[in-house]
Amino acid sequence: MSFRRLHPEQPESFAFTPENLAWAKEVIARYPEGRQASAVIPLLTRAQEQNGGWVTEPMIRYIADMLKMRPIRVLEIATFYTQFQLQPVGRKAHIWVCGTTPCRLRGAEELIKVCKRRIAEKAHTLSEDGDFSWEEVECLGACTNAPMIQIGERVYEDLTPERFEEILDEIAAGRWPEPGPQNGRTSSEPLGGPTTLTDDSLFNKGSDAEALIAARKSSAAKHAATAPETPAHAQDETASAKKTEEKERAAAETAKETAKEQAEASALAQGEAKEAKEATESPGAETPKDTALQGAAALADLAEARTPSEEEVEAAKATPPQLYEAPPAQVDDLKLISGVGPKLEKLLNDLGIYTFAQIASWGPGEIKWVDDHLKFKGRIVRDKWVEQAAALAAGGEEEYIRRFGKKPR
Amino acid sequence: MLSDKDRIFTNLYGLHDWRLAGALKRGVYDGVKGFIEKGRDWIIEEVKASGLRGRGGAGFPTGLKWSFMPKEVGERPHYLVVNADESEPGTCKDREILRHDPHRLIEGMILAGRAMLAHTAFIYFRGEFIHERKVFEAAVEEAYEAGILGRDTIFGWDFDIIVHHGAGAYICGEETALIESIEGKKGQPRLKPPFPANAGLYGCPTTVNNVESIASVGEILRRGGSWFASLGKPNNTGTKLFCISGHVEKPCVVEEEMGITFRELIETHAGGIRGGWDNLKAVIPGGSSVRCVPAEQIIDCPMTFDDLAKLGSGLGTAGIIVMDKSTDIIRAIARLAYFYKHESCGQCTPCREGTGWMWRMLERMAEGRAEKREIDLLFEVSKEIEGHTICALGDAAAWPVQGLINHFRDEIEARIDEYTARADAEGSMVKEMEKAAAG
Repeated sequence: MSFRRLHPEQPESFAFTPENLAWAKEVIARYPEGRQASAVIPLLTRAQEQNGGWVTEPMIRYIADMLKMRPIRVLEIATFYTQFQLQPVGRKAHIWVCGTTPCRLRGAEELIKVCKRRIAEKAHTLSEDGDFSWEEVECLGACTNAPMIQIGERVYEDLTPERFEEILDEIAAGRWPEPGPQNGRTSSEPLGGPTTLTDDSLFNKGSDAEALIAARKSSAAKHAATAPETPAHAQDETASAKKTEEKERAAAETAKETAKEQAEASALAQGEAKEAKEATESPGAETPKDTALQGAAALADLAEARTPSEEEVEAAKATPPQLYEAPPAQVDDLKLISGVGPKLEKLLNDLGIYTFAQIASWGPGEIKWVDDHLKFKGRIVRDKWVEQAAALAAGGEEEYIRRFGKKPR
Repeated sequence: MLSDKDRIFTNLYGLHDWRLAGALKRGVYDGVKGFIEKGRDWIIEEVKASGLRGRGGAGFPTGLKWSFMPKEVGERPHYLVVNADESEPGTCKDREILRHDPHRLIEGMILAGRAMLAHTAFIYFRGEFIHERKVFEAAVEEAYEAGILGRDTIFGWDFDIIVHHGAGAYICGEETALIESIEGKKGQPRLKPPFPANAGLYGCPTTVNNVESIASVGEILRRGGSWFASLGKPNNTGTKLFCISGHVEKPCVVEEEMGITFRELIETHAGGIRGGWDNLKAVIPGGSSVRCVPAEQIIDCPMTFDDLAKLGSGLGTAGIIVMDKSTDIIRAIARLAYFYKHESCGQCTPCREGTGWMWRMLERMAEGRAEKREIDLLFEVSKEIEGHTICALGDAAAWPVQGLINHFRDEIEARIDEYTARADAEGSMVKEMEKAAAG
């Protein structure tokens, strides 16, 4: 057991940002009625993040109030679970060094020495510049990639003290090195290449669920097409009301639709040209012609797209961007854009925004329009959505990593 | 060596697409609709026939565990809870499934849900698995969009997955502590009975299963329980993910057939022992909670629950920690003792007090600053902890210490002798100097 106390100096108050508050409500709603206390760890984790990495007493009271728990019960949680930091942590990074036996056998002690020398002699103490702090933690579950450290969600594995120091230098300079094994392997395969899973037939087995999914998607798309006036958020209800009817129709058309969908899917996989074309053809009188994408070549250029500045957006006239009335065949995971969470993604989807290509095509006017509609208060510009979306649209994760030096999200 | 076509985890290393499109190519979700239609009894019988034993460490037969759930849903809903709180030192297999093959796990969850008449599953990630959780959440979202999860699904079994996480507490890997934690409490294990199958999460019938167990179910049903049972050895069937860490040339996670010998496993996949087989000192074969085994006993031992139990150890999670002759094994075990001291939930006195006591004692022994009779005392105290606590953490803390004393007592004694000799020499030097100063 570890004995932990709250920090002697506490701030006056704590409150979630509006975005975190909305997120918190969503999380609480996941659990059954009357079981809102279940959300205590997720909420406290988010609150800790918002507060620069540590838990405060006002925060504990705030969460207790929100979850209708007694504050002492939340204090118990904060002190029992050691991932909650009870004192300020480094501004740039709080480093977890795994110190349990499997990492020790591979040199974790050397990493701890680096921490002591470069950050602070004692764990949970800020470095002189306040940028770093560290602690030795118990097994982080990457034993075959020992020794390792973790900073937030980034895991750096197969470390040497030298490489660890380089990583610290990079972070100090404001850059995040690519996480993962630092000795050239992908994950936990033997160094030099896997000894197993070399039979290519394993990766082309196929699944009968493909046809079922395709049938479901095409019937949903058909439904959306026949009811263009239905607002996106109401479609779910209508869909479930008509599910029996749809099921029958889907069954009858499965074979036909499947073939069509598969053909479409493969066309899409071969290049973004099709998607771009669809975007151009997407219904909606609001779609201005000049923002419509003109093919794959345009998409490639997008990699160089720039997000307009705040001043440009301020000066521009709000222009509606291209919007889909129903989800297109290929929907992108907008959450890959740093700054877009599940909540924002849903808002965007509700508006008719589903693909990176759509976002990548925004100019100052479109940004202003979306900003006004969703009350984003300038975050599209701040988080550089257009550039991020352009990279993702042009070359997926790889292109994103090339341009931003990190994985999406 | 297991043939590739008999491997379940075909994207173990994340060299292929983890998303739905990639998973479908690898055959995930194939046949699921049919299995759902065949129903509860059929699934449970197949899983029983496969001989699958829980992959979380205890090795309890999975099909049997499922059959403990009430056969009909009463007033309270049934819950499946997947334990993704992988924290056992030496173990890093579930992480690879979670981040590289999330749909295989979702598939298994749906099938297990069907078998235990659950329409809702919770999955509890350890707090540190942030990346893994995000990947899994993205996969869950894909599954909802594709009609695999939610209402009126393509497989015909309504199913929701709620992703939950902890915040750094090993004890939450214990099933009832995990349930407490989901309920928003400290992770302190519950007394059993009542067992979770009767009164688990929110007082409802609940079954908690390990990630690897659940993720294996789809392939078992596709190829039949008899296929899985044909691999491995009787009562120790199928394939298993082994995590090989420590002093081997190429540490790795690998899926192999149960019953492969330690030697073949290490030679084939881990590039051999660092410094050769003569340099092997001891192995902890099943995660930190099992007793260590000296080199000569483990080298040709088949890796199964039963064979390792015969050596007084266990297969546990198959987290294999290899130690060569450069290892200070007293320090290695002392560090594990510290781990258990740190992770004890504090509920039962033998564990709360005993884990700290054992750690302090071992720290002294690692220096040699102890008396030989204290070795017996340490052993006795470990026996007072073992079996006297609500959950198995007390046992898990005691066993590594017992393994050390059973197999490496001579090393502890030698350390004490060394220290005593040095202290004597220093002591007589001090006396000489005092004499000189006085004289």
